[in-house]
Amino acid sequence: MRLRMNQAIALAISEEMELDPRVVVFGEDVAVAEGPFKTSEGLLAKFGPDRVRDTPISETAFLGAAVGAAMTGLRPVTEIMFIEFLGVAFDQLVTEAALMHYMSGGRYNVPMLMRASVGSGLGFGCQHSQTLERWMLGTPGLKLAVASGARSAYGLTRAAIRDDNPVVILEPRSLYGQRENVEPGEESIIELGTADILRTGNDVTIVTLGQTVRVGLEAADSAPWSAEVIDLQTLMPWDKETVLHSVARTGHLVLVEENQYSGGWGTDIASYVVSEAFSDLHAPVLRITAPDVPVPYGPELEQRFLPSSAYVQDQVGALLSTKKTPPPWWEEFL
Amino acid sequence: MSTTSDVAMADSTRRRLELTSSRLTRLERMMEIRLVEDRIQELFAQGLVSGTTHTSQGQEAVAVALAAATRPTDYVSCTYRGHGVALALGLTPEVVLGEVLGRQIGCMGGLGGSMHLSDPDVGLLPTFAIVGAGTPVAVGAALQFSVTQCDGVAVSVFGDGATNIGAFHEGLNLAAVWNLPVIFVCENNLYGEYSPIASTTSVTDIATRAQSYAMASEIVDGQDVDAVEATISRAVERARTGGGPTLVEAKTYRYVGHSRSDKATYRPEGELDSWIARDPIELFAKKLAHDNELGGESVQDIQRRQSELIDAAQETVLASPSGSIAQMFENILAPSRH
Repeated sequence: MRLRMNQAIALAISEEMELDPRVVVFGEDVAVAEGPFKTSEGLLAKFGPDRVRDTPISETAFLGAAVGAAMTGLRPVTEIMFIEFLGVAFDQLVTEAALMHYMSGGRYNVPMLMRASVGSGLGFGCQHSQTLERWMLGTPGLKLAVASGARSAYGLTRAAIRDDNPVVILEPRSLYGQRENVEPGEESIIELGTADILRTGNDVTIVTLGQTVRVGLEAADSAPWSAEVIDLQTLMPWDKETVLHSVARTGHLVLVEENQYSGGWGTDIASYVVSEAFSDLHAPVLRITAPDVPVPYGPELEQRFLPSSAYVQDQVGALLSTKKTPPPWWEEFL
Repeated sequence: MSTTSDVAMADSTRRRLELTSSRLTRLERMMEIRLVEDRIQELFAQGLVSGTTHTSQGQEAVAVALAAATRPTDYVSCTYRGHGVALALGLTPEVVLGEVLGRQIGCMGGLGGSMHLSDPDVGLLPTFAIVGAGTPVAVGAALQFSVTQCDGVAVSVFGDGATNIGAFHEGLNLAAVWNLPVIFVCENNLYGEYSPIASTTSVTDIATRAQSYAMASEIVDGQDVDAVEATISRAVERARTGGGPTLVEAKTYRYVGHSRSDKATYRPEGELDSWIARDPIELFAKKLAHDNELGGESVQDIQRRQSELIDAAQETVLASPSGSIAQMFENILAPSRH
């Protein structure tokens, strides 16, 4: 069925709530208002106010409550409205949720899902437009996935609710209203830690995530070269096998990231592939990212911030023809 | 949550239930806590404990009272000053000392240390080394009881210093808004780390902060184990019967500094002595002697017997190997169910 990404998320949560009475949902305006982005549409009506709750604007309280509820038998799904709001409650995610299984010698589990909207493109300005996956990268005890549309949002959400660990799913806000075909059911659940090869090709492997999946696909569709486009889907743990296997065939790796260059998610992947498959590479690994600046507000500037498909096509073309990494567009401003 | 699947009751659960059998067992447990913490400081001095440790000599009555007032199936979130609460709830001296010394016999196999004690068999959530962090987590445990319609309660134990951090205020507000079965127990020992409460806190009585959240509250003499037990029991009863959360403030004192390296020179002269004059263990021992509840033994005999048990526990712990390197790689993620 054709679903918007927000509908697919609500459907995934609803199906898991039907299957498992331990699944509860809480967050700011997720119950009566059905979510600021309508990602919990119908849940309060269907499951009632015990299992679907509005919280105060208290991220520390409700994220912490999710940790405690998860450790003692529930399977909470919480929503951080904009990922930046995690900043005020960061302790509960990376120091509490992530470490409770370890700190109990494996005797307490923390089966919770923290969803958050992320990303640029809607003119929300520098405090409401980042992706911030970098805040969580490398945190032992956490899983981290990023949705790229209705289909992956559905599959990842169902898997995350079933997982016995704290899982974070980042949802690109600009995609909530975009429709995709979703086949509801068990077979559409996406195992966390697996990437999806969306387009096969021979000349270059383009690894994308979240909002850059569409960018990578568009760049590949009209390019004179043949690209394999991978939606990484999960960052922690990431699918090393699929990426290495693809690079072994294409000999070129390009990472398309929405985050700023420094400390972006592509650094780990580039480092790993260079270390493990150096002899497979015919050119340096190319990271196409946003510049090291805050997300600008004005529509033209914001559009420039996120790598466009035309820019990706140019950069990849330059890499393939020169076997060198081309300079980024912002080099002249540094 | 994984709990023990053994048919036999866990040692900690058995010890927890013993606490409710008589006031004498409560006295013994208070003595045990004092002895274990004194022992930890001695072992520290001998170089056998690494890192830091936060002991609670002087606060034993609160720990034992809250353990006596609750069930092993309730949940407790506690702080890094947690040896007393852990022992009171039922963890054995071997498990606590073992963890402090980084041995495999410890509750985290020696990977956690003094600040990380835990045991699901008595509802002890892993103790929190971040000030305030355990309060919202206890609220979540209470939410679980509320959603599953069990009559369990969650207890959040913290010091006065934790009442100035956001997590405390957010946690209390959420518990009140959702009318959850949770008891917030503040051990007001008059100092947040090195700073006296008056220099950091806008109120003298922490309990008054409950008014901001339209929450019941009570102040109790934290050196009187019977009084603390009665106060917490009232709050537990309120919580179990749908009456919502309570903030309990126990006025108490820690005889030692904040942590191992703190000599507590910031305290006014005579303050420590005035609190030692109302030592919770001595007060309770006198009371039981007066009420003829010492089981025919003298206080000294009971003390000696407890001391011998701790000697034996220490021997067991020192014979236990250190945490293994392989264990470093375990229990980071729960196994996948797929």
